[in-house]
Amino acid sequence: MNPEEIHQKLQAKFADEIIAVNTDALDPYIQVAPARFLEIATFLCEDPALSFKSLMSLSGMDYGAETELGVVYSLHSLAKKHKITIRINVDRTDAHIPSAETVWRTADWHEREAYDLFGIHFDGHRDLRRILCPEDWEGWPLRKDYIVQEYYHGMRVPYQEDWQKYETFSRNPERGHHVFEFESKVPGLLNGSQENGDDSAGKSEDRTDG
Amino acid sequence: MFGNLFKKRRYIFEDESTMVFDMDQTAGRYYDEAMKKLEIEAYEGDEMIVNMGPQHPSTHGVLRLELVLDGELVKKVTPYLGYLHRNFEKHAENTSYNEVIPFCDRLDYLASMNQDLAYALAVERLIGLNELPEKVEYARVLCCELNRIASHLVAVGTFGLDVGAFTPFLWAFRDREKILDLLEWLSGARMLYNYIWVGGLARDLPGGWLAKVREFLDYFEPKMVEFNKVLTSNHIFIERTAHVGILDPDVAVSYGCTGPVLRGSGVKFDLRKDEPYSYYDKFEFDVPVGDGQFGPLGSVLDRFVVRIQEITESVKIIRQALDGIEPFTDQDVKQAIPRRIRPAADAEMYVRSETPRGELGFLIRSDGSDVPSRVKARSPCFSNINVVDDLSRGGLLADLVIIIGSLDIVLGCIDR
Repeated sequence: MNPEEIHQKLQAKFADEIIAVNTDALDPYIQVAPARFLEIATFLCEDPALSFKSLMSLSGMDYGAETELGVVYSLHSLAKKHKITIRINVDRTDAHIPSAETVWRTADWHEREAYDLFGIHFDGHRDLRRILCPEDWEGWPLRKDYIVQEYYHGMRVPYQEDWQKYETFSRNPERGHHVFEFESKVPGLLNGSQENGDDSAGKSEDRTDG
Repeated sequence: MFGNLFKKRRYIFEDESTMVFDMDQTAGRYYDEAMKKLEIEAYEGDEMIVNMGPQHPSTHGVLRLELVLDGELVKKVTPYLGYLHRNFEKHAENTSYNEVIPFCDRLDYLASMNQDLAYALAVERLIGLNELPEKVEYARVLCCELNRIASHLVAVGTFGLDVGAFTPFLWAFRDREKILDLLEWLSGARMLYNYIWVGGLARDLPGGWLAKVREFLDYFEPKMVEFNKVLTSNHIFIERTAHVGILDPDVAVSYGCTGPVLRGSGVKFDLRKDEPYSYYDKFEFDVPVGDGQFGPLGSVLDRFVVRIQEITESVKIIRQALDGIEPFTDQDVKQAIPRRIRPAADAEMYVRSETPRGELGFLIRSDGSDVPSRVKARSPCFSNINVVDDLSRGGLLADLVIIIGSLDIVLGCIDR
């Protein structure tokens, strides 16, 4: 089945739930509404013509600090050898999606991971706890507007002295990636490292000569 | 030693008189919390909660398992992850596409070449870079298969250690060290190579390297025969492993198990064959699957034997790749490296490839800049270890150790 046929099949049963579809994208996707997702997931898995028994990946998404969160389900069928991507977008302040944990066992821990890192709540999940971060960690680390907590059990988390100007995780738009300002944060570090660098360079030259 | 974890222990004697032991308050509070977490309120009184790990030789890393034991029987296993969590994905969102590769090395540090290739492939597909010099493709296959052998040698060697065979472990590490020497010559590093780059390789193959690889294969093949004589065909070993940790094929697919864990259950699915990437469609090799020769299909032994057979298949592939690379040794391995990587805005792709532990997929989303907007790593071990509760329930504690060994987990890959 090609993505278009999969879309037709889904359209026939869940016409109201499908929000967008793009079969020309690198990974063809169908975007659905979250409300009846459990039924859709069960249909995708159980229908003999679709037979999406394998959930390759479940990934939380943050499309930007001002916009929505999302979840991307990459599905694959071992029997039929076809693939499709299902996307769901949810509101940032009230992120709730029905859990597909009972449909694919893979979803169990992947949903816990998406909850842990993005703060997306999967309704009906039987054991929705943080999985990678500690249980009492604050905030959702992979959100674009995440600010790292100052203290965790009395330990300072950002290791710069002036943590409010913490720039490690903020982008420099001109260069397109972050600039780690060692010199301003740790005085004397750059000079020290240069001297060491010269020393080691000299030593390695000696070694090659010898 | 674990007795003081119990707040109250009630003993019922034959004449129906009972006796209750009150234990220390602090330990009792811990026990109550643990019971609450496990959602098991009413215990008969004979169960014991034991923490296995995070520092334990049999968990192959910093994995913590909370076990509910009834004597020696395992009633429930709850894995706790995150002791090696570095949030690779957050790092990747703040570095340019090239700079992510050293982080990928550190996911599965026993098979770094395969991780690099998986990431490089994902970015190449995202920017539409499909034609690479032949030398690059052959060299990538060479590195990855060498690394696959090294990784499987660790897996089978430490598995031998788990069942109590010490000699095969030493032999496996002796041969693995020779592969690491070859890869160190290539890249300068013993384990974290940073060698496969987007669109090419970090540096050219050194002169005489290909001849040394051939030399190694000639040395290695008889050693594998020796290894199989001592461990794989050992009667005691087979009896110990052939009836333990049965993984049903349907359960394996539902849990997202991949790699030797899936193939050990008899499902013939290998991305190198089913969705060929790089030059894997040019080579002739088999996909070994478990056959349940000595016990039920999908046992610990099946997964082990699949790894042993995959080593042989990798040797086959390397020999073919060595022949294939001969006409192209003069090519420049850096000629196709893009000067600047900027995928189209909103391009998003999930690309997967076969690492020694299974399917490693990268879902990369671009926002049009030269920094990825999202990099999700779908690690094979993360899904494989989830099945440990199903496999070990009702079995013995000693069986749990070899079940973990047969899943072949790497905690860097699980926790990311």
